[in-house]
Amino acid sequence: MSLLNYFRQEKKPAASVAKERLQIIVAHERSRFRSTGPDYLPDLERDILAVIRKYVEIDSDAVTVQLDQKADDLSVLELNVTLPDEK
Amino acid sequence: MARIIVVTSGKGGVGKTTSSAAIGTGLALQGNKTVIVDFDIGLRNLDLIMGVERRVVYDFVNVINGEANLNQALIKDKRVEGLFILPASQTRDKDALTREGVEKILDELSQEFDYIICDSPAGIEQGALMALYFADEAIVVTNPEVSSVRDSDRILGILASKSRRAEQGLEPVKENLLLTRYCPERVERGDMLSVEDVKDILAIPLLGVIPESQAVLKASNLGEPVVLDQESDAGQAYLDAIFRLQGQSVDFRFLNTEKKGIFKRIFGG
Repeated sequence: MSLLNYFRQEKKPAASVAKERLQIIVAHERSRFRSTGPDYLPDLERDILAVIRKYVEIDSDAVTVQLDQKADDLSVLELNVTLPDEK
Repeated sequence: MARIIVVTSGKGGVGKTTSSAAIGTGLALQGNKTVIVDFDIGLRNLDLIMGVERRVVYDFVNVINGEANLNQALIKDKRVEGLFILPASQTRDKDALTREGVEKILDELSQEFDYIICDSPAGIEQGALMALYFADEAIVVTNPEVSSVRDSDRILGILASKSRRAEQGLEPVKENLLLTRYCPERVERGDMLSVEDVKDILAIPLLGVIPESQAVLKASNLGEPVVLDQESDAGQAYLDAIFRLQGQSVDFRFLNTEKKGIFKRIFGG
């Protein structure tokens, strides 16, 4: 980085923006695609998201679905929805 | 038994075929009996990059269907001893590659060869899944660019869940990052993700960094794998990566721009 560039610099370098954006999306997709559990979980999550969106506008990461194996004969399906504050 | 290595990426156009050709050729140059298998059914291009497009008679799918035997379909490279190419079929039948068929061919090749390089198609469809299913190792070809890095991460997830090694609970597929089309000048200007940035995000070991180079287009124009052009930076960088693939430790080159004089460093240029 030359001295002149340094003084001209106002915005973040494009590469830093790229890295931050990637870190966020990759972390989100890892939890979505690499989670253990049945293959239908991501689809289930998407469908639930679509149903909720018929009634209230939420972000695509506001719904999480997780399946936990508590014991050999007990698994718990956990559904977490973050709804926006009531205006 | 051969080492089965898939060259994959998720995203298209990042240099999978160029890398498969270069790495396969380099391994053979160093005395390993090597076959490069094109899994891109319907869009075969390895034959062109290797300069053997006029010698294709039978292909991968012919062998699976029993219309030809492996020796009829394998093309022997005329430049490098011990190097063979198995071309993909141009059929439009997307389900032409069956798991059983691919397994049988890879088993047969395993008896003969030291290395089997599987050149994967882009995407995450049947062809790509078949290319990676039987792999012992993966070379994930990535450009320092957001969509390529994201797709590489998806492919790493698929390697960890959909490969034979994952399904059978064996030792996981060994992952290697190959960063291609790298421009140190643009990295230094802050315009391009650096090697470190990509390593931070994907968190897998670095096999090589191939600089953006005029030699790559020239090589594909001529049908000569770029590793045969040892005058070129890209050719040398591939050769370094091939040494690392065989367990040797080689310093990374072409990561920085040439040192500028003090005047240029102060005033830019």
